[in-house]
Amino acid sequence: MTSFPPSSSQGFWHQILHASWPWRVTWLYLTLFLFLPIAALLLKALTLNPAEIWRIATDPVAISTYNVTFFTALVAGIINGFAGLIIAWVLVRYEFPGKRFLDAIIDLPFALPTAVAGLTLSTIYSTNGWIGGFLEPFGIKVSFTRLGVLVAMIFISLPFAVRTVQPVLQDLEAEAEEAAWSMGASQWQTFWRVISPPLMPAILTGVAMGFSRAVGEYGSVVIIAGNIPFQDLIAPVLIIQRLEQFDYAGATVVGTVLLLISLAVLLVINLIQARGRRFYG
Amino acid sequence: MADSSLKQPIAAAAPKPQGATSGFQWGKWLLVAFVFGYLALILLVPALNVFIQALKGGLPGLVDTFTSKSFVNAVKLTVIATAITVPLNTVFGLCAALSLANKNFPGRSLLISIIDLPFSISPVVAGLMLVLLFGNRGWFGPLLDANAIKIIFALPGIVMATIFVTMPFIAREVLPALEENGTQQEEAAATLGATPWQTFWRVTLPSIKWSLLYGLILCNARAMGEFGAVAVVSGNIVGKTQTLPLFIEEAHVQYNTQAAYTASLLLACLAVVTLVLKYLLERSAGIQSKGH
Repeated sequence: MTSFPPSSSQGFWHQILHASWPWRVTWLYLTLFLFLPIAALLLKALTLNPAEIWRIATDPVAISTYNVTFFTALVAGIINGFAGLIIAWVLVRYEFPGKRFLDAIIDLPFALPTAVAGLTLSTIYSTNGWIGGFLEPFGIKVSFTRLGVLVAMIFISLPFAVRTVQPVLQDLEAEAEEAAWSMGASQWQTFWRVISPPLMPAILTGVAMGFSRAVGEYGSVVIIAGNIPFQDLIAPVLIIQRLEQFDYAGATVVGTVLLLISLAVLLVINLIQARGRRFYG
Repeated sequence: MADSSLKQPIAAAAPKPQGATSGFQWGKWLLVAFVFGYLALILLVPALNVFIQALKGGLPGLVDTFTSKSFVNAVKLTVIATAITVPLNTVFGLCAALSLANKNFPGRSLLISIIDLPFSISPVVAGLMLVLLFGNRGWFGPLLDANAIKIIFALPGIVMATIFVTMPFIAREVLPALEENGTQQEEAAATLGATPWQTFWRVTLPSIKWSLLYGLILCNARAMGEFGAVAVVSGNIVGKTQTLPLFIEEAHVQYNTQAAYTASLLLACLAVVTLVLKYLLERSAGIQSKGH
């Protein structure tokens, strides 16, 4: 098409003035709807003095919400890492009735609004629900506890774990496995030595993406959890509670902590993927 | 899928260590059973439950909610916010993809990461950012107050929150399609004297239409269902700034289970339509589901 983005040999202002309009629209849109809001948060955080930021960020309630949010999201990510691998394996390698249906429904958490997910999960996993009713005699309560937070986080992070592994598994050549078998490797040896190394970056990416999504999740968790401080209150809910009390500084600090951790996770995901590309092309 | 078709004949033809073949089948059904069980607990039973709970009260239960004023207003607001968000994001997504595809310039991959950024930021934090910008104590608060413009606790705030969380959908679907198509057709069109605009409408757009549609479907589903970001900026004023997901939460909190599930039914139907369209596009246009 037209000559954008301009070649780097031209001057900075020349580039700006002569950029094509798709290029300008892109930057205008990003500036208005992405950079400006992020700047508002970071600059607001900078107006607070460091001692104040530290006090708010390490307040016992805040610490307990990081604990619930990050630990539960990590557990959800790991559970889905294993389950996602098995699901991807079954969908790629086996034929069975209902396969296409299962493959399509994996994306349900992307399509179903989180409020609906939270509502239906809290009903099913409540003590008189279909699944919660089975667990109740064992003294396991899910809805309105931290376990409920875990269930909601497993729900919303599941597709990442499957969809990152599935294409890599599809591209893996069955011949390498055939070769390993024919040379007498056991199934486990074949799996650990031949199949798992190229899959590892994909699995880790899936876990990290699921973790990142679960950390930020609000809708489904707020409905299934009891939102009680020190028990099952997550950081995003704390932000909303602080805003409702017009505690802008409190909301900003917790929001900034979440933002920075999200960025760190994003960086880790990019590193894993870069490593994966370097080794397995 | 290519693998499984490739695998069967080999498994049937080539003599394998005996134990491996029979154990393999046994393992297969165990794993299939695990997958059905896991997905039933996490996805299938919860999804089915929405329909059962919503239809439990029969027709009167549905009609009660469908005719209530706050429900109708919530549906209207959700549809309006989506109708503004999706076209804006489409223009942005197309522009961003066109600016990036088949180009090589320093910082290109950084720009792609930036466009994907909203997926990594908690929607609640996104909402908080908008409050800090446009709320009455925010950057533009005094300016907006003086001109009697309301953004937070009003439609513009809801739209901006929705734009933020759904920003990457179109670009990330269209970009790979443009890269795959290359630039030959566009160059040919330009040589034949087409203007950039003509080239876009007649050559580029038809070649990416399925990817664009795929992105649109995902963007639409997320826009209609967005909860966290909208919850922060909307103020949840019944009949005025309450979207459908907020209506569901409020009905649930007030123990109005029938209303909550009836509204959920509507959004669950949207989810089913989304999944079916997505599935059809993946099959016919060869698009791969990659998360989000």
